Amino acid sequence: MTEQRRAVRPVDTVKHAESTPDVQQPYAELGLKDDEYARIREILGRRPTDAELAMYSVMWSEHCSYKSSKVHWHYWKENTTDEMRAPILAGIGENAGVVDVGDGWAVTFKIESHNHPSYVEPYQGAATGVGGIVRDIIAMGARPLAVLDPLRFGAADHPDTKRVLPGVVAGIGGYGNCLGLPNIGGEVVFDASYQGNPLVNAMCIGAMRVSDLHLAHASGTGNKVILFGARTGLDGIGGVSVLASETFSGEEGGTGRKKLPSVQVGDPFTEKVLIECCLELFAERIVVGIQDLGGAGLSCATSELASAGDGGMRVELDRVPLRAEGMTPAEILSSESQERMCAVVRPEDVDAFMRVCAKWDVIATEIGEVTEGDRLVITWHGETVLDVPPRTVAHEGPEYHRPIERPVDQDILQANSPELLARPTTPDEIRDTLLTMIASPNLASREWVTSQYDRYVRGGTVLSQPSDTGMIRIDEETGRGVAAATDCNGRFVKLDPYTGTQLALAEAYRNVATGGAMPLAVTNCLNFGSPEDPGVMWQFEQAVKGLAEGCKQLGIPVTGGNVSFYNQTGSTAILPTPVVGVLGVIDDVRRRIPTGIGAEAGETLILLGETREEFGGSEWAHVVHGHLGGLPPKVDLARERLLAEILIAGSRDGLISAAHDLSEGGLAQALVETALIGQTGARIILDPDQDPFVQLFAESAGRVLVAVPRTEELRFTEMCTARGLPWRKTGVVDPVSEALQIQDIATFPLAELRRAWEGTLPALFDVKRHHARFTPSRQAAVEPKAAFGAIKAAHGTLVPPR
Amino acid sequence: MKLGVITFPGTLDDVDAARAARYADAEAVPLWHGDADLRGVDAVIVPGGFSYGDYLRAGAIARFAPVMGEVIDAARNGMPVLGICNGFQVLCEAGLLPGALVRNHRLHFVCRDQWLRVEDTSTAWTTRYEPGAEILIPVKNGEGAFMADEATLDMLEGEGRVVFRYAGENPNGSRRDIAGIRSADGRIVGLMPHPEHAIDALTGPSDDGLGMFLSAVDALAPA
Repeated sequence: MTEQRRAVRPVDTVKHAESTPDVQQPYAELGLKDDEYARIREILGRRPTDAELAMYSVMWSEHCSYKSSKVHWHYWKENTTDEMRAPILAGIGENAGVVDVGDGWAVTFKIESHNHPSYVEPYQGAATGVGGIVRDIIAMGARPLAVLDPLRFGAADHPDTKRVLPGVVAGIGGYGNCLGLPNIGGEVVFDASYQGNPLVNAMCIGAMRVSDLHLAHASGTGNKVILFGARTGLDGIGGVSVLASETFSGEEGGTGRKKLPSVQVGDPFTEKVLIECCLELFAERIVVGIQDLGGAGLSCATSELASAGDGGMRVELDRVPLRAEGMTPAEILSSESQERMCAVVRPEDVDAFMRVCAKWDVIATEIGEVTEGDRLVITWHGETVLDVPPRTVAHEGPEYHRPIERPVDQDILQANSPELLARPTTPDEIRDTLLTMIASPNLASREWVTSQYDRYVRGGTVLSQPSDTGMIRIDEETGRGVAAATDCNGRFVKLDPYTGTQLALAEAYRNVATGGAMPLAVTNCLNFGSPEDPGVMWQFEQAVKGLAEGCKQLGIPVTGGNVSFYNQTGSTAILPTPVVGVLGVIDDVRRRIPTGIGAEAGETLILLGETREEFGGSEWAHVVHGHLGGLPPKVDLARERLLAEILIAGSRDGLISAAHDLSEGGLAQALVETALIGQTGARIILDPDQDPFVQLFAESAGRVLVAVPRTEELRFTEMCTARGLPWRKTGVVDPVSEALQIQDIATFPLAELRRAWEGTLPALFDVKRHHARFTPSRQAAVEPKAAFGAIKAAHGTLVPPR
Repeated sequence: MKLGVITFPGTLDDVDAARAARYADAEAVPLWHGDADLRGVDAVIVPGGFSYGDYLRAGAIARFAPVMGEVIDAARNGMPVLGICNGFQVLCEAGLLPGALVRNHRLHFVCRDQWLRVEDTSTAWTTRYEPGAEILIPVKNGEGAFMADEATLDMLEGEGRVVFRYAGENPNGSRRDIAGIRSADGRIVGLMPHPEHAIDALTGPSDDGLGMFLSAVDALAPA
């Protein structure tokens, strides 16, 4: 059947293209502009074949070529000093950034977006987003260790959010859990601007020995190109299917073809096996170069491998194992079938390579080899269907200087200050506001989401949600570990993209330090509206500039990133959402700082940093007044740096028993969370000289609430004073009361707070609500100390190891 | 003391099980699904994960793996075997333990810290616990609801073969709150929660799970 079809289908060879220069090609349908198509003809000196057109169109797409954003990359370069560059082993341009974290360990990390597929098909869109980022990490030679998922959805109570959110969460869990990767963090944020365009970003962290770093390039003439993993099918072909219909309309091949969804379908089991197979291949040192197949599939993998190497490449496309009949060369090149990798292997290692693949039941096929010269040549049953200079595909795509213009209504937005909004003044009003706030969708417990993710697998997770940062141990001997956090408040970015992005950076940086880790490097996922809108490009440029300059002030480099444009519903763009991910390192994870209070017998609560009357873009203005206007909080990166140093010193010297970052919802939110997570009450005494409402709900940056053992209080506060960090004793931990008491305002029993905080997401998203969800049970949020008290008595015979 | 840890394609918690064995001062010996060879181990752990992708039905394919033939024979001769999560599903599919595990009642994967009551401290895997002890270990599964017909459930209860029961809220709809059961001779234990994730308070909710591995080491020690 397949053979028969091939026989009747004309394949557009290079020879055919040369002889038919005037054939009309559907480049516009493939997203290429007139001048881009003209440039391809100029590069090739003829019209492109179908396969070439497919390859250029997908590689020159915004997603693959960064054509609207790369003119702004100079900001990274200008703001990265040699000192900042020192720990970078691989940076922008590689599959993922790699940094040296000490003791011979290298850590690689990256965030990518899978926004649009996740709106169309939430489960598979989110699942394959995880799969793709994990393969990027493997392609660096690292073992993937953990994932984080920054998510944005439309209004929590919108009916379509009930379709999108549960699907996305189940997809991330379904894929990530099956891969055996702990999920250690991320975000869940609701805002109406994401209604028709949720953001599903996925971050992965991997580790390897420094000596095992693999970079994606094809070097060494005669080396073999091996495609391994899943078969190639018709899924995820998207726009390229127009080639089939245009070229073959009316013929047998064009009809009766089952149209498959353009969202790819993932198989995590195949990926899990592929991961283990790759790691074994790396261990045997038989891989010269490796590249994952993600967006743009083989088009991307072959052109990028060839472009980055020192020779050309020849590929016999008819050798690619397929799972659909009658696929055209263009379709095979563009297919985004998941769970595939492409490796370059020395001829003498091919047998060993195949043996490892066979052990893991992974299909592996030699599809070509590295050649002399600088052409990527692809044949189909002996005939050349593609013959291009690979750099023109992968690295020398179009570049646009899109118009940039500050939106005319930006001043109106900033002038619309939150100062005039009605505020709670009496203790009862403040009490009600606090309960409303902690139950609001953006501040309520994320347990409903995070409990669907495995956070324990592989036994290295030291901190995960609801902690400020995720943290994993990478070396069991030394206890060395890494921490990671992602953050972005899109409302702050909307009000002032430059400052808002620095606030995102500051928060992620602070979160990592709050766990006791030293921030080391930055990645990002820049989610914006249409680059063709000058106002969006203004936001974008401001964000990149703000991030780059902010990183310089903090002294940590940007090692990579991802750009996602065209995030909008109709002509309305999402809140600009440059998600910033910060990676940190900790020498010994046993010194990590937990989030919940009550671990020590007597603890003092100290608020580090200054609280100002800052409500622009705040959660309070959003929840209570539906207001967005004014200016975001002030950002002071020198202060953030000092704060991080104090936290890290406190962790190292055992001066801090718990810490929690203040962000959305302010001090009130931090107090409630730290008490509920620690299952311990506290007594709070606010500053008599400042409005209690401002103290509790302002969102000033640069603040962390710490619990300090009573015995270390003086040492700690003297350190803060000596180094010039403002601090204020805010209260004491109260292990007896089972309540959060805010003096002169109200006393909140922990059970009441827990009902408010934990009830919201289950009420919104549980399919069946036949259980008494609001009854706090003792396992609702269990802390070690609770366990230990109960257990030690029960099995006194258990002796600790070591 | 050698504790074998099986790896099927798709097994995830083998590294954790091996670590738990080491923490209990046993030697962890990796066992490969395709090899009909137990490599001289004294006991076997069938760890959690998604063996063979859990396609068809959780554990249904794994039970036919060459290594499982050896495990079944050895278990019938009294070798201690522990099935955790997917491993419990495999032991049920292999006929070493009665009943089956089905989809959670709330229809989605759940990962949380869970209290268990130790109901039977006579097995090869639970002698280190006091009868009735409550232990805190993670549960994480999508298909963890223990199911059997009433007669089988009555038989398990009557013979004292319910080893662990969920204390407090039942996370997945298991019949009679059953979290783990044993074979008639007490050598084979299967449970859905993950003791290997609770061997150190740094990385788990407690170190309560370690007792299971220490129990096995005790059971195997020459008297």
